[in-house]
Amino acid sequence: MAEIVLDKVTKTYPDGARAVSDMDIQIADGEFVILVGPSGCGKSTALNMIAGLEDISDGELRIDGVRANEKAPKDRDIAMVFQSYALYPHMSVRENMAFPLRLAKMDDASVRAKVEEAASILDLTQHLDRRPSNLSGGQRQRVAMGRAIVRSPKAFLMDEPLSNLDAKLRGQMRTSVSKLQKQLGTTTVYVTHDQTEAMTLGDRVVVLRGGVVQQIGSPQFLYDQPANLFVAGFIGSPSMNFVPASLEDGALRSPLGTIPLGDRIRRLVEAADAPREVIAGIRPEHFEDAALLEEGHRGQGATFTAPVDVLESMGSEKYAYFTVEAPLASTAELQELAADAGASDVPGSGSTIVTRLSASSAAREGDNVEVWFDTDKLQLFDPSSGRNLTYSG
Amino acid sequence: MVMGTSTAARKARWAILDIIVVVYALVPVLWIASLSFKTKETLADGNFVPREWTLQNYAEIFATSEFIRPLINSIGIASIATLIAVVLGMMAAYAIARLDFPGKRTLIGVSLLIAMFPQISLVTPLFNIEHALGLFDTWPGLILPYITFALPLAIYTLSAFFREIPWELEKAAKMDGATPAQAFRRVIAPLAAPGVFTTAILVFIFAWNDFLFAISLTSTEASRTVPAALAFFTGTSQFEDPTGTISAAAVVITIPIIVFVLFFQRRIVAGLTSGAVKG
Ligand SMILES: Nc1ncnc2c1ncn2[C@@H]1O[C@H](COP(=O)(O)OP(=O)(O)OP(=O)(O)O)[C@@H](O)[C@H]1O
Ligand SMILES: [Mg+2]
Repeated sequence: MAEIVLDKVTKTYPDGARAVSDMDIQIADGEFVILVGPSGCGKSTALNMIAGLEDISDGELRIDGVRANEKAPKDRDIAMVFQSYALYPHMSVRENMAFPLRLAKMDDASVRAKVEEAASILDLTQHLDRRPSNLSGGQRQRVAMGRAIVRSPKAFLMDEPLSNLDAKLRGQMRTSVSKLQKQLGTTTVYVTHDQTEAMTLGDRVVVLRGGVVQQIGSPQFLYDQPANLFVAGFIGSPSMNFVPASLEDGALRSPLGTIPLGDRIRRLVEAADAPREVIAGIRPEHFEDAALLEEGHRGQGATFTAPVDVLESMGSEKYAYFTVEAPLASTAELQELAADAGASDVPGSGSTIVTRLSASSAAREGDNVEVWFDTDKLQLFDPSSGRNLTYSG
Repeated sequence: MVMGTSTAARKARWAILDIIVVVYALVPVLWIASLSFKTKETLADGNFVPREWTLQNYAEIFATSEFIRPLINSIGIASIATLIAVVLGMMAAYAIARLDFPGKRTLIGVSLLIAMFPQISLVTPLFNIEHALGLFDTWPGLILPYITFALPLAIYTLSAFFREIPWELEKAAKMDGATPAQAFRRVIAPLAAPGVFTTAILVFIFAWNDFLFAISLTSTEASRTVPAALAFFTGTSQFEDPTGTISAAAVVITIPIIVFVLFFQRRIVAGLTSGAVKG
């Protein structure tokens, strides 16, 4: 077990590409840290530098307070789980899991005991003598985990370990990874693309963009208090809705109507020295069908009325999509997020607003619906820098 | 029903084609084998199956050092050349498949050039050089040119195999605590084994069958290999027709190749079916 510190770590590839810039992360002993960000933002590069598979161009990596920049991977005592699992195809499951122990020159009896122990934790006992090529995806994934845990390393590094599994299996494995890490208490750095994994697995989440750390914090904190437009748009699924707005006389003039600002937000905005033109963000779950609310509750927010474009009923809730007239907010951050998410799941794409309503809502496609939203949950961003003007971290 | 008859017809067509190909390929070989079992008297009777079977020809060739010594030379020279070419080829191919080093394209280009170079044009200069260096009519005198001409082949085949091995396996081995040498020996080499055996077979056959260098760069039994020695075969007396003994020798020298191929083919197939690369 170990504490891992990245101190202004930078990676410049030989072709000049700057994959990671001045990364500062302190990972405490036993902590589970998630690295997330769009494709190509340097997650794998960062992980490989901790592993020792990539050289560190600048800055310092410390494992347990000792500089590790120059250490070979085998001297760092860190185990890694690869996206492709990287199981040795010519060895049985048993030999795959025993490989690190054999390299460490452990005697046969202890190797056997350790492998069997790991196999029973991962429910692989009956597959020990099979070849990896004959196993299912989930079983292979567990063998890869097994190979990492047998030798009780100082830390685990995992690079999108579940991304080759189908959705259901991914859900199951996610739970077992989480349990396993709690049980072993080993420091873990986990790279993922997946919102759910990022929100549920980690103690802390690191959001990366173009090799630069955007924000580090607990999943809930990043969700409630995103430091900037990028984090706000990246964390959360479906993502936050963004609309351009302008601040006028303590109110917000937006395509959703003129919204009076509450005291809390007004104070934050004043303290942040906000520009006149801003981007307002609001999460889908902060909307509600106005017809379902009591009068008192309604007063705490604002409403707008619009026809429902598409209504998706999930059983436990309903997603209603609306179109607003004004051009939607568009900044470099939002475009990048849109590109990463693909056309389907674009934050504030086109001019669609995504809202999550109670299952009991009577809204129907094509009908005009009065929608209420919680104005205290509004987040305002500076369009030029992306800074969150309502950040109270 | 229609399907049934059409597949039967298809099968018959293929069977006929297969037989033609096999017969075409094997008749000369079988003819030589048949000649080697004929007695001197019935040699020219034109029968495909010998009337009288005899092992006399085999007994004769193994009775003289005229055949045994070249056989030893052939086995020694071809094996050593194969071993060295495959080991060197493995290192070069690994570098080509895995590393980006300056001059990589040049290296590939030059090795291709060597493979295309007409060997006959090199025989005279090689003869002169080997004379000057004292390599003429020695084992190294043949092993060296064999390695040179086998290397491009070895590098090509091997780098294709190395490229198939996922890079991540080596990274995984390093993370598991292996030194680069251990990673190569315990993970990469076993996975490359089918490629290594394939290459070994090709190089061995090349060295074993070579006639041009063998005839030009040797002069005595000290290093003459079987293909060259066959050309010098005479019967027990000057006036005797050596056809029978030549045939017997020809049959004998194909045996090591067949053994070699069969032995390694088992390994190749085993390697491929164990899911060597995919997985
Ligand atoms: N070997 C390399 N040489 C040059 N540039 C590289 C190399 N490997 C990665 N890069 C660049 O570094 C950046 C970060 O790559 P990295 O693989 O770390 O991204 P990632 O966040 O893991 O992406 P993904 O989610 O797609 O796996 C990318 O822009 C990539 O093009
Ligand atoms: Mg990656």
